Amino acid sequence: MPKPMLEAKNVTMKFGNLTANNNVSFFVDKGEIVSLIGPNGAGKTTIFNCISGFYKPFSGRVYFEGKDITGLSPYKITSMGLTRTFQIVKPLKEMTVKENILTGAFLRASSRSEAEKIADEILKITHLSEKKDVLAGSLTIADKKRLEIARVLATKPKMIMLDEAMAGLNQTETKEAMELCLNLNKQHGITLLIVEHVMEAIMPISNRVIVLNAGEKIAEGSPEEIVNNEEVIKAYLGERYHAKSKQINRRV
Amino acid sequence: MLLQVLLTGVLIGSVYSLVAVGLTLVWGLMDIINFAHGEFLMISMYTTFWLYALLKFDPLVSLPIAVGVVALVGVLTYKLVVKRVANAPGLMALLATFGLSLFIRNLAQFLWSPNYRFVSESLLTDKRFIIGDLIIGLPQLVAAVGSFAMTLIIALLIKKTKTGRAIQATAQSKDIAELMGVNTERIYAITFAISGACVGVAGALLANTFPVYPESGAMYGLLAFVIVALGGFGNIWGAFYAGILIGLAETLGGFYLGTQFKYAIAFLIYLLVLQFRPKGLFGW
Amino acid sequence: MKNRALYLIFAAVLVLPFAITNVNFQHVMIMFLIFASLGESWNIITGFAGQTSFGHAAFFGIGAYTSTVLFYKFGVSPWVGMLLGAGIAAVISVIVSYPCFRLRGHYFAIATLAVAEIIKQLFVSWDYVEGATGISIPVVEDSFIAMQFHGSKIPYFLIGFALFFLIVMVARSIEKSKMGFYLKAIRESHEAAEALGINPRKYKLLAMMISSALTALLGTLYAQYILYIDPFMVFSLEISMKIVLLSVLGGLGNIYGPIIGAAILIPLSEYTRVFLGGTGKGIDLMIYGALIVLIACFEPRGIIGLLKKRGKKRGALYAKTNA
Repeated sequence: MPKPMLEAKNVTMKFGNLTANNNVSFFVDKGEIVSLIGPNGAGKTTIFNCISGFYKPFSGRVYFEGKDITGLSPYKITSMGLTRTFQIVKPLKEMTVKENILTGAFLRASSRSEAEKIADEILKITHLSEKKDVLAGSLTIADKKRLEIARVLATKPKMIMLDEAMAGLNQTETKEAMELCLNLNKQHGITLLIVEHVMEAIMPISNRVIVLNAGEKIAEGSPEEIVNNEEVIKAYLGERYHAKSKQINRRV
Repeated sequence: MLLQVLLTGVLIGSVYSLVAVGLTLVWGLMDIINFAHGEFLMISMYTTFWLYALLKFDPLVSLPIAVGVVALVGVLTYKLVVKRVANAPGLMALLATFGLSLFIRNLAQFLWSPNYRFVSESLLTDKRFIIGDLIIGLPQLVAAVGSFAMTLIIALLIKKTKTGRAIQATAQSKDIAELMGVNTERIYAITFAISGACVGVAGALLANTFPVYPESGAMYGLLAFVIVALGGFGNIWGAFYAGILIGLAETLGGFYLGTQFKYAIAFLIYLLVLQFRPKGLFGW
Repeated sequence: MKNRALYLIFAAVLVLPFAITNVNFQHVMIMFLIFASLGESWNIITGFAGQTSFGHAAFFGIGAYTSTVLFYKFGVSPWVGMLLGAGIAAVISVIVSYPCFRLRGHYFAIATLAVAEIIKQLFVSWDYVEGATGISIPVVEDSFIAMQFHGSKIPYFLIGFALFFLIVMVARSIEKSKMGFYLKAIRESHEAAEALGINPRKYKLLAMMISSALTALLGTLYAQYILYIDPFMVFSLEISMKIVLLSVLGGLGNIYGPIIGAAILIPLSEYTRVFLGGTGKGIDLMIYGALIVLIACFEPRGIIGLLKKRGKKRGALYAKTNA
């Protein structure tokens, strides 16, 4: 069996006395779309930060393509082919859309003209070509999120971790974002690990779903399995409402 | 000998502390470095001097007037300058107050010439205590005690009064303070006034011993930044202790290395401390 | 792209001192070139990379002292001294910035001030370089090798212009290159930059090295022009802040900014000193100070910002009247 593209082994992250991630282990195979879900405060963004180098885990190890990347600086991890977007988007406001993407493209390009070529291609893929000269600071939130993805795309990653890329989008925008994800995965072979709250958006496109709650992994499986998983439902609805829902089911 | 050096260091340091306390309040509240803080001190010293030269007021008598004057300058500075740059990128706020300091300093030079002025005969001049081997100048002692007293008053004000608590609230979160009915606009102005008052006291006390000239505040201001950074911005007692520390470093350094190094030493301490504790010695 | 405007400026600057042969004017032109170049160098670390330095005089002084001491003690040509000074400045800048870059904005700015002050003190107490007394550069006959010219100011002007041209072109090419983009990204968000594979420390250090080396070059020219230096002159806070002021006045982060800022502030400074005699020094600084307060409060983007705004309004008006 081929090694997974990304593997987190027993990652624990503490902030003082607070344990945000407790022995979290999972893997992502090449070519998959894996979703990471869980209630607020479950530790999803924390594990993202541990994997992408923004935090140094308290214990545990992270492997990318078999290489140990635990505690490496984020920029090194990006140059190895694993990158991420941010929950609170960070557009480079003083630059235009195209310039934002150019900044990403320079990682792999050996000249300005080559970077421009890459940027133009990315603009097309992400449907941002018409807005290429708009200042990033004045974009709509949906476009900012799209730009966020476009920018990391320009670094020619093998895998992207998306941190709540669909939060705050309306239905049409969400659908477009979903399509972009599928496109990136199927057409361009990019492995995706997605943190999301918007279930309707990710369940249809995910190969697998991993569920975190209170810093621990509580479930893992296909979308259908997860939706029917008792622990998952309890985690989201809380003990009381879960019990109530069982009562309602029995009566009906 | 060493004891004398240490004592002098503490006495000098206390005044540095008071200057720093004024600065740290503003810094902690608004995240704005008032580069003109040293010039506020200079204004206080000149006020004291002119009241002495023209009206024969003893510096201790003109202290309340100096405090009033500089408090007013503080409020004006806030309303006319700081308010406009409060939301601008950090460099702008820094530059605005730096420009102000440049302006005030040269205005003073234009109006009153660069000549050194002295309050030659005050209630405290030339009086001293001698305890064993120690010589304690009365002006220095009064300055130190006065600085400590003022710091204490400020600390109590912040902790115990309604206004003080409003300042604390605004420092932690402007929006939430406003939601709770605090008039943050007034709080900012008041804090600047208090900041000015601190320096007003320090200036009147310093005028007893030190020459008054346009650049007299500049170095105090510069040292105040170092002290505030060491003490953790917004931390009143932190600023006080750090000020004493700098005073000691100055006298000890002067004693062992030579007085021209005093600022270099202070800055070196700043750089070293921030390497290991980027939030200051007592910072939060 | 907009290089045409730059070439026009170069041409205009080059021609002026030949057109107006007044010696005072030529002096002002030389000071303008020096300070505009200082501003451009400073812009690389502060405007592009976002690390505010209030201590750039340190590098200016290092350049001045390196070439001066080498000439004074060993007869080495100031040209060699100039390059060596640039190298030393670059090394010192790395030693100093490496630990300081982790400091937040305000703290870093004050740290740069602290470093410049410490360096000044070191030179004041260092007998080998004559300490506070300063060094008078031995006067020799007009010589290119010794970078000394006594008859006319034009040769100094030409050297200044060459440096100005070099530095502006360096700044321009950085701006348009990968490094320029990377610095701007770092300035806006370290994290966004890292997620794009950018190593913030590496690029900030690089920017600092280039900025400090270029700054040092100008120190040598200044020393050779004035023929006397002492620590209070060349390591002064006044120089550091003049550089800051003129860049911000003109427009931070913009290649034209320091040129515009210097074009306004340097003549102001030089002529008030001439016309108002002893107290002149106070008045020009008063005006500086007031200007900076006004810029910071009302137009933080400097004069470039003002021009852009008017340009936009005109554009909008044009659109309306031609709809």
